Amino acid sequence: MTQGSLVPAESPALSPGPISGPQPANLGDILERVLDKGIVVAGDIKVNLLDIELLTIKLRLVIASLDTARQVGINWWESDPWLSTAAADQSRDRDLEEENRQLRGRIRALERGERNGG
Amino acid sequence: MAAESRCVWLYAVTDDVAVPAADELTGVGAGVVRPLRAAGLAAIVGDVERREFGEAALRRNLEDLGWLERTARAHHAVIEAVGTRGPAVPMRLATVYNSDAGVLTMLRDRAPDFRAALSRLAACCEWGVKAYAAPAGPPEDPEGPAGRPGTAYLRQRRAQLTSRTNARQEATAGAQVVHAELSGLSVSARLYPPQAPGLSGQAAPMVLNAAYLVAKERAGEFAAAVDGLTRRHRSMRLGLTGPWPAYSFVGGPDADGAQR
Repeated sequence: MTQGSLVPAESPALSPGPISGPQPANLGDILERVLDKGIVVAGDIKVNLLDIELLTIKLRLVIASLDTARQVGINWWESDPWLSTAAADQSRDRDLEEENRQLRGRIRALERGERNGG
Repeated sequence: MAAESRCVWLYAVTDDVAVPAADELTGVGAGVVRPLRAAGLAAIVGDVERREFGEAALRRNLEDLGWLERTARAHHAVIEAVGTRGPAVPMRLATVYNSDAGVLTMLRDRAPDFRAALSRLAACCEWGVKAYAAPAGPPEDPEGPAGRPGTAYLRQRRAQLTSRTNARQEATAGAQVVHAELSGLSVSARLYPPQAPGLSGQAAPMVLNAAYLVAKERAGEFAAAVDGLTRRHRSMRLGLTGPWPAYSFVGGPDADGAQR
């Protein structure tokens, strides 16, 4: 994306004044166009467009520009099970760990109850 | 003909004049970009590895945001480079063929559509305009200090919310004015859903997210109009992006001026 020549683009972090002059393209703008628009011709390789659309919707909801987000250390979508199978695996692991922890707690509680009551 | 371990990624279709030389551009999956000519048109393609861009791999990779970002940027960069030479019809991301033959057949079959699109896009560029509601000013205090602190708080809170709602309404009304004026300077216009703050990177709510197809000779006038509107409408801030390849104006029958 070429930047126009009018006024230097502002950083995305906000100033109160008007934004003027062309802004650099953020990833959201690019994805909005390349996933949603562009002419559709039938390729030999079929991708499930429904999946892409779901992804796009999800992106609309969650993602700032990936670079800027990474720069400021925001990477929580990487553990969003919806967005990444790796993350889904991690998340399953976390669920199991949590369940494990709770079960251990209950066993301890039951054991204490037995000792106290019996 | 691509070898079986490879498939053919399609970027754009152009007339066969303004095509990049082979080896000049590198595209998706670091594949060399080359033209395929038929029917007086050129398909701009690149070879990609089937193990990364084949059906199952694509489906998996599209869910990987890092991969998606790299691929989308590479796809966009090639289309943009091609577009600087002449009109180009951009393809949706992930239009992939098994071989050159498939691309050539498609090119011949759809040639009239491509020619129509190319002549419509000639001498035009796409510009993006977003408008954000300006932060609400301090709320007016309608009744001055009240006797009970609870009541005063609630009253103040209500005034705050009203002021915020008014600012939003004013900005939304302003966005309609902006869209009407900019549409008047454009060949065609297209509205996108406003982006959520997380995606826009701006805390202020987005009240307009639009694309305009503007004749190249009117680009200066268009940018000046955006500046003028920014000065006239204090209830919002405007952002301009572009020039873009005409992604928003090749999609289908609703691409011309219709809202989604």
